Amino acid sequence: MAEKLPEHPDFLWRNPDPKPSYDAVIVGGGGHGLATAYYLASRHGMTNIAILERGWLAGGNMARNTTIIRSNYLWDESAAIYEHSLKLWEGLPEELEYDFLFSQRGVMNLAHTLQDVRESQRRVNANVLNGVDAEWLDPQQVKEACPIINIGDDIRYPVMGATYQPRAGIAKHDHVAWAFARKCDEMGVDIIQNCEVTGFVKDGERVVGVETSRGRINAGKVALAAAGHSSVLAELAGFRLPISSHPLQALVSELFEPVHPTVVMSNHVHVYVSQAHKGELVMGAGIDSYNGYGQRGAFHVVEEQLAAAVELFPIFARAHLLRTWGGIVDTTFDASPIVSTTPIDQMYVNCGWGTGGFKGTPASGYTFAHTIATDEAHPLNAPFALDRFETGHLIDEHGAAAVAH
Amino acid sequence: MLLIDCPHCGPRNETEFHYGGQAHIAYPEDPHSLDDRGWAEYLFYRDNPKGLFAERWQHGGGCRKWFNALRDTHTYEFAATYPAGSPRPEAGDLPDPGHGNSTRTTPSSPASPNTDHGGHQ
Repeated sequence: MAEKLPEHPDFLWRNPDPKPSYDAVIVGGGGHGLATAYYLASRHGMTNIAILERGWLAGGNMARNTTIIRSNYLWDESAAIYEHSLKLWEGLPEELEYDFLFSQRGVMNLAHTLQDVRESQRRVNANVLNGVDAEWLDPQQVKEACPIINIGDDIRYPVMGATYQPRAGIAKHDHVAWAFARKCDEMGVDIIQNCEVTGFVKDGERVVGVETSRGRINAGKVALAAAGHSSVLAELAGFRLPISSHPLQALVSELFEPVHPTVVMSNHVHVYVSQAHKGELVMGAGIDSYNGYGQRGAFHVVEEQLAAAVELFPIFARAHLLRTWGGIVDTTFDASPIVSTTPIDQMYVNCGWGTGGFKGTPASGYTFAHTIATDEAHPLNAPFALDRFETGHLIDEHGAAAVAH
Repeated sequence: MLLIDCPHCGPRNETEFHYGGQAHIAYPEDPHSLDDRGWAEYLFYRDNPKGLFAERWQHGGGCRKWFNALRDTHTYEFAATYPAGSPRPEAGDLPDPGHGNSTRTTPSSPASPNTDHGGHQ
């Protein structure tokens, strides 16, 4: 060989073999599982814990989302948990000692109909009352904030205004996962990849361990953070979840000079766009309609989202599609997550984040860790318990979720 | 894009159809006897298997009829499509796995021209 290869960079976490027993195991090594382990170890002193990941770390939805972070949800319960999440995001680069390119470049949610305008203005007012930064922009202000957007009135769905949250933005998702993983590992958390949970060991109504592809692991507590596969795990454990798993697709263009200074989302014409630090235009759309675990969807969904994107941003017409992919999103009937105890003693579930899980990563982990450690909900996730489907206290965020499902 | 074999029109592109979620969910026989848990199950809890799933589709771009399908949610392959009101096909009625094309099943008697136009449930 002509030249010696450079040294491998330091590994950010060990790859330990599973121990026979832990105080708690977390099933799912995505963003939410990692954040949960991080807060269990750092806030509750539980370090004899393991994260069990079927594939590789953060290779599911954590690697497939469009990295949008915002907290402009309608209802008090949602505003509280998502705003707490945003505040955690604001401190995490320092706390995790890792610059994961959190960029508070603002998020715009466009309104294209009179009904959109009314709902959006209502949401701005609700946000302001809840201490969430929010503004209403008229079309001219939309154009000033994002010069490449078409605000002409000769398109099918003209831009009639937008909500704007200046503190919202994007972050680099892989680096977020690695930042959490490194800190977890430093505190003694075992991150175990290629370890699929195949069953649960119960003593009466209490869970006492998991069966895995790498043998049985005893556990004082078992926490599910498996997003699209939550129903499969719950069935193995012997209870049901009110979620449906759907394909959700996203895509990137080739790299471009910076043209898009913010994040633009449109619920009505179904596209959301930002420009990543490297320069790709990152876009996503609505879910594919059918239940699916295939991590792929149909091309006509991509075609529709690109048609919407080109109408809103004529400059994109000559951009080339570089890559499309799909994830499996766990949707609930009220478009709100479930962070809860379960019918099984010492087993906990965190799922139902649907199309918006990335932004919720820190608060999800923070509240789920509290629930696991204390066996009680944190005030922030108490409204997001499983029993809301029985009490009827649903938290309908189909409007603010911004992705149709 | 899925190729969906409408029991009334034959194979058509997915874009002609609307999805209707899990099939064979009947309205509660005695609604007054249901407790909150029972209502939650009826309204919000749906099967979400990774594998064969009985689901409803509507052929909005064709005959506009609702029908049911058995589809694998992991491979997306259809095992059968069948008219609304028919029971879910038994495993023995399904084509061999890996056989390829989706197959319509006619759970009742062999199709006659009359049954194509009337008696739809």
